[in-house]
Amino acid sequence: MNSKIYITGLGIISAIGNNVEETMDALQHKRAGVGKLQHLKTRHQDTVPVGEVNLSDAQLIELCGLPANFKTTRTALLGLIACKEAAKQAGISPKDGLRTGIISATSVGGMGITENLWLDYLNPEKSGDWLKYIETHECGDSTEFIADELGFKDYISTISTACSSSANSIMYGARLIKHGLLDRVIVGGTDSLSRFTINGFMTLMILDPQPCKPFDADRKGLNLGEGAGFLVIESEQAAKNKKVLAELSGYGNSNDAYHQTASSPEGAGAYLAMEKAFKVSGLKPADIDYINAHGTGTTINDLSEGTALERMFDKKLPAISSTKPFTGHTLAACGGIEAVFAVLAIQHNLVFPSLNFATQMPELSFAPTTELKKDKTIDHVLSNSFGFGGNTSALIFSRHN
Amino acid sequence: MEMEAYISGTSVISAQPTFNSTGFLDDIIETDANYLNCIEPSYKEFLNPTMARRMARIIKMSIAASTTCMREAGIEQPDAIITGTALGCLEDTEKFLLAIIENDEQFLTPTSFIQSTHNTVGAQIALQLKCMNYNFTYVHKGFSFESTLIDALMLIAEGEAKNILVGAHDEMRDKYYRVCARIGYWKKEPVTTMQLINSNSSGSIAGEGASFFVLSAKKGTNDYAKLRGVKTFYKPENEADIEKKLTAFLAEKKLTPQDIDVVLYGINGDIRFDPIYHNLKNKLFKNSTSTYFKHLCGEYQTASGFGMWAAANILKTQTVPAAIQVEAPKHKAIKNVLIYNTFLGTDHSAFLLSAC
Repeated sequence: MNSKIYITGLGIISAIGNNVEETMDALQHKRAGVGKLQHLKTRHQDTVPVGEVNLSDAQLIELCGLPANFKTTRTALLGLIACKEAAKQAGISPKDGLRTGIISATSVGGMGITENLWLDYLNPEKSGDWLKYIETHECGDSTEFIADELGFKDYISTISTACSSSANSIMYGARLIKHGLLDRVIVGGTDSLSRFTINGFMTLMILDPQPCKPFDADRKGLNLGEGAGFLVIESEQAAKNKKVLAELSGYGNSNDAYHQTASSPEGAGAYLAMEKAFKVSGLKPADIDYINAHGTGTTINDLSEGTALERMFDKKLPAISSTKPFTGHTLAACGGIEAVFAVLAIQHNLVFPSLNFATQMPELSFAPTTELKKDKTIDHVLSNSFGFGGNTSALIFSRHN
Repeated sequence: MEMEAYISGTSVISAQPTFNSTGFLDDIIETDANYLNCIEPSYKEFLNPTMARRMARIIKMSIAASTTCMREAGIEQPDAIITGTALGCLEDTEKFLLAIIENDEQFLTPTSFIQSTHNTVGAQIALQLKCMNYNFTYVHKGFSFESTLIDALMLIAEGEAKNILVGAHDEMRDKYYRVCARIGYWKKEPVTTMQLINSNSSGSIAGEGASFFVLSAKKGTNDYAKLRGVKTFYKPENEADIEKKLTAFLAEKKLTPQDIDVVLYGINGDIRFDPIYHNLKNKLFKNSTSTYFKHLCGEYQTASGFGMWAAANILKTQTVPAAIQVEAPKHKAIKNVLIYNTFLGTDHSAFLLSAC
């Protein structure tokens, strides 16, 4: 079995930038992307702050290099932009003879189009070219679009485990390489905002009407976001003579099995996922230099995750932050987006700040880092992603020596 | 590293009397309905009435099927729960979507949103069992169930799991049926179950199902079959490419097409895609017994779950029921069964099962 998983390419688009360079600039200058909705039309336009990608569908199509009259889901377009960037940095091509897969993740797939056309789809008196968008509804559609555009077709799949989806796609891709089933995989996730998602989270009453404040005693909930984050991961052999950005050293998956939407107070599933990730990596909690927390800003998540982290790290936590105040909670894409952040943290020896934090949580002994830290070597980063349905995942990224 | 597993439990809720049935497709239901609905069991022994009332139909069917196959395999806690579904929980997705549209994004309640996520079934099974182990949901069209099996085979090879619950579930709903009818998924004319293969027109018959299995690392005393491999082919170039890929897949297992005793095809009566199967039947597998299954469960993205149940039963019972025969059987004993399936000609997959 192959043992090492090398990361050779990064691609990202979110509310704080359309590529890695813009993203780095925003992270270093504490420039959050959460604000008023501009592109998605909803009744809640003015009441719900979100991390929306600052481009219209037409601009995304242009950025993809597709014809102006082309149309597909925003989920697919965001995914293609990030995958293209990652593939370009890794210098991979479908023609170089290596077996390459694409594993993506999404929560609601093509709902962005379906919610606008559903009644027309059902109305036999209405007809038109737009009927072809019916097929964009399925979660796998965006993955197939990306595979067709990039030409990587040796193995494709799509994962949906709510907000842990893309952490799981990274894990699955890594295991496909370890078993020798593929030489390299583009792994990550993509999700666009939709009225379905915004209204769904509104009914759950876990949206903060202000910018979110992860790990703050007065936190009120999360801000939704959209985007895509992908990595190119390769086997040792495939990455030979290439610039390796970092390694994926550990991964763990578990289920909290506590409640359909709420995590257990003690974060039992989160603890198990982290424990498994440490076991795979052979590292100890004391080896971690930075924790990029799931840290959504909801009352329940931050307490549950914080409690699990204190137990895992025996209350001696390294620097920790949640980058959700920058991007919003990008749901199925957040594991991929935050994996890109983790690799950037290692490459540049940075701890990204947790924005909007003011008041210590009385239940926890630690507080998140609020300023950009660049005074310490970052060799190992722990990245957590937890979702509805109790799906909990943890990834560990490490410096490549 | 050898990647294989024993199928130690199966349970399928489908349009046929497959659930808790002692026979094997010996008493099929024939219909000319435009889509095939599952025969639902009583949920009394699986869920308390309050829970059953609250849960969507696809969740209930999946809980009944998963509970039953674990009982058969004699396990109480699986080491992993892996589900595959293309459409997730369609009923609640439709409900919440319609509520948003009709009420102009006001006066909404969370229940259907909560149950709409694709991982709801896998999550609910974990919740019922209080199972904190590995939990994954794959949602890739015609590769949804195939991905669960590839994942499960890797977990077993890694030594991470001894018994894994895997499942395929998708439901068909009246509205979604009508929507897909508009892009030519289904037949326009009524066709009876056993005539589907000769229907000679475009489109298929819609279906649904919940198919669950226990895959085990160790050989048991009452296993159905050994699952020896699953391969997916995305948009193969042509028939020659499919033949090449299938031959290579068999070669990995040190087999040739001549070693395959029975092939179970995803023939669905759609003249656009059935030639793919007929080509294999007449060339690569001309010496094998040809069988098919989608006329019994209907066409849907995770219908291959029904196919795997049928293949496992062919091996266990060493019989090929008349209802699935394309032509007179050619085999003697049944050692190797290959499933070849495609959903809409883009997602192709092959499963290899062998006698224990």
